[in-house]
Amino acid sequence: MSIPFWRDVRVLRVLLQVLFLIGIFLLAGVLYTNMLTGLSNLGLTLNLDFLGNEAGFDISEGIEYEPSETYLKAFWVGVVNTLKVSLIGIVCATILGLVVGIARLSSNWLIRTIAAIYVECFRNIPLLLQILFWYTAVILQLPRVRESISLFEGVFINQRGVYLPSPEPTAGLNVWGGFLLAGLVLAVILYILRAKQLQRLERPGFRAKWALPAFLIVAVLGWFLTPEIPFTLDFPVLRGFNFVGGLSLSPEFSALLIGLSVYTGAFIAEIVRSGIQAVAKGQREAARAVGLSESQTLQLVVLPQAIPIIVPPLTSQYLNLAKNSSLAIAIGFPDVFSIGNTMMLQTGQSIPVFAMIMVSYLIMSLTTSAAMNWYNRWITRNR
Amino acid sequence: MRKFLFRISAFVLAIALVVPLLAEGEESVLNRVKDRGRLICGVHGGLPGFSFLSEDGNWSGFDVDYGRAIAAAVLGSPDKVEFVPLKAPERFPALQTGEIDVLIRNTTWTLTRDTQVGADFAPPTFYDGQGFMLRKDLGVTSLEGLAGASIGVTAGSTTELNLTDTMRALGVEFNPVVVEETDTLYNSYEQGRCDVVTSDKSQLVARRQVLKDPEAHIILDATISKEPLGPVTVHGDNKWNDVVSWVVYATFFAEEHGITKANVGTFETGNPEIKRFLGKTGDTGKQLGLSEDWAHQVVYAVGNYGEIFGRNLTPLGLPRGVNKPWTQGGLLYAMPFR
Repeated sequence: MSIPFWRDVRVLRVLLQVLFLIGIFLLAGVLYTNMLTGLSNLGLTLNLDFLGNEAGFDISEGIEYEPSETYLKAFWVGVVNTLKVSLIGIVCATILGLVVGIARLSSNWLIRTIAAIYVECFRNIPLLLQILFWYTAVILQLPRVRESISLFEGVFINQRGVYLPSPEPTAGLNVWGGFLLAGLVLAVILYILRAKQLQRLERPGFRAKWALPAFLIVAVLGWFLTPEIPFTLDFPVLRGFNFVGGLSLSPEFSALLIGLSVYTGAFIAEIVRSGIQAVAKGQREAARAVGLSESQTLQLVVLPQAIPIIVPPLTSQYLNLAKNSSLAIAIGFPDVFSIGNTMMLQTGQSIPVFAMIMVSYLIMSLTTSAAMNWYNRWITRNR
Repeated sequence: MRKFLFRISAFVLAIALVVPLLAEGEESVLNRVKDRGRLICGVHGGLPGFSFLSEDGNWSGFDVDYGRAIAAAVLGSPDKVEFVPLKAPERFPALQTGEIDVLIRNTTWTLTRDTQVGADFAPPTFYDGQGFMLRKDLGVTSLEGLAGASIGVTAGSTTELNLTDTMRALGVEFNPVVVEETDTLYNSYEQGRCDVVTSDKSQLVARRQVLKDPEAHIILDATISKEPLGPVTVHGDNKWNDVVSWVVYATFFAEEHGITKANVGTFETGNPEIKRFLGKTGDTGKQLGLSEDWAHQVVYAVGNYGEIFGRNLTPLGLPRGVNKPWTQGGLLYAMPFR
């Protein structure tokens, strides 16, 4: 007498999973057919042919692009803009968060309090409001173009952005480049030698102590030895309606970057603080007891133990920052979402464009996450 | 075991067959509006003269009156309508998903929108063209003078494409400032983020009224595009599109024949077409799926085209231009009521 299969736990286990999978496929199938039916009722079809058509709209900033290029190129401009603001934002937010996070643990009352106020203010106000605030209440209130503030020779600030002189390479750059390369090789050799020396002495210390000055000396010497100056400066000039030439940061980009960095920085500060506080107090006391200075304690004992705790939540903040950059649409910065939105309206192909936007964010986030996980494994292994 | 599998597959098959049927069930928007007893009309919401929510909570404007006219024709009362303010990027999705019944929001009739976006157009109620507004003290009078200027434009509009096309054709370089919302656009313009703002001339005229110093701004003479603006219905619903189209024709027809809000109740005529129009003879209502006095209701609710224009747009200083009956050399032409 064998057990009937509907009471056999081994069969049931497999069966339930199979049923569950069928259920999911069915649901996906229903949603998909529903979408296709809806679309065909409206006389729309799903395809990506439109991507090869001429876009016809202009984009205010980003890589080289002409309105006569394709929708695909326009979309790529958006992707690059999103990457640009996310990467710079991540760097700024990390520096800000690290400084504020350490400041929150300072023994100085004023520094500690200022850091706490910063964190509590910016963490608790919606990001969209903050971005709009930076844009409308700060940047657009700067002087008009003709009344620009001029800080130094060739640096202008007005409500259309920040204008800086841009370095234009000349023929001398090749010669100076040679010097830089030589300096770099020298620096690497000195760095390795110094590291070996420190290892032999079994003493902590600054490994780039020889490499850094050596590189700087070679670079400066090279600058003067090069017959032609490697760079000339291209100054922005007011011509007609706007400044022409030089480097410029648009108000939309600046507002978005400030908003993202300041907001995410507040979260990162808390992560850094909690990471440092998670290191047992005894470790710090022991480090001081063996004669390490305050900064050596932080560098050699506390941070190496805090970083593995900090990295996983930090990854989430990086991902948040990249995704939050889609709020750019509120102030008109042409990121991937904003350009995708325009494409949807001009072509009516909402679903393919939406899918493209989602896939772009997914690729960016998975890459970030993979890189951060790799970094985490690397530092944990090298402890 | 085999029996069990059979049952499962029968169940799966049954679901697979039934569920897509549930997703179907298409019917005309006309029936939906009648069942609901209320028309839902998508409008701009921030454009004085076209659609504007006043401080006392009442909607007014040219587009709003057309929404009321459709409500009067279908439901017998101009008050049975709800207005939904929409941003430019939201309007077509709102129409496609059935969130609104009809879109009357300065929407330009273009080939792509007619074929690709899932929209069907009723006859244009306003023939507009794209223009440029800028500060008078800049001293610019032509498009060529705009080289290097920052030009503000709303995202996802035909204006954005026209601007790019025109400037490319003229070979004039400019910096686009693309903004999603109309309010933000004029705010940026007033604060000086852009030198010039471009949009339909009617919109420029309407928005100039609410700038701090309307006299300090001029609208260039150049008109760079044709902008036929009119009501939009969802693609493929011919019955509903017919209703909306003929409500528009009714306002044209009334002006052609001098039928006004005041005299529509007592209009005496021997003209058989006007009799059919007023529902005294014939069955135009039945053919459209409406009551026989539908056109009477439209004129009684909002008046003829001239009255709608005079009430909403003349106070802004907009001339009638080509928005006159064809009998006076304009473009408004009602199809025969037969």
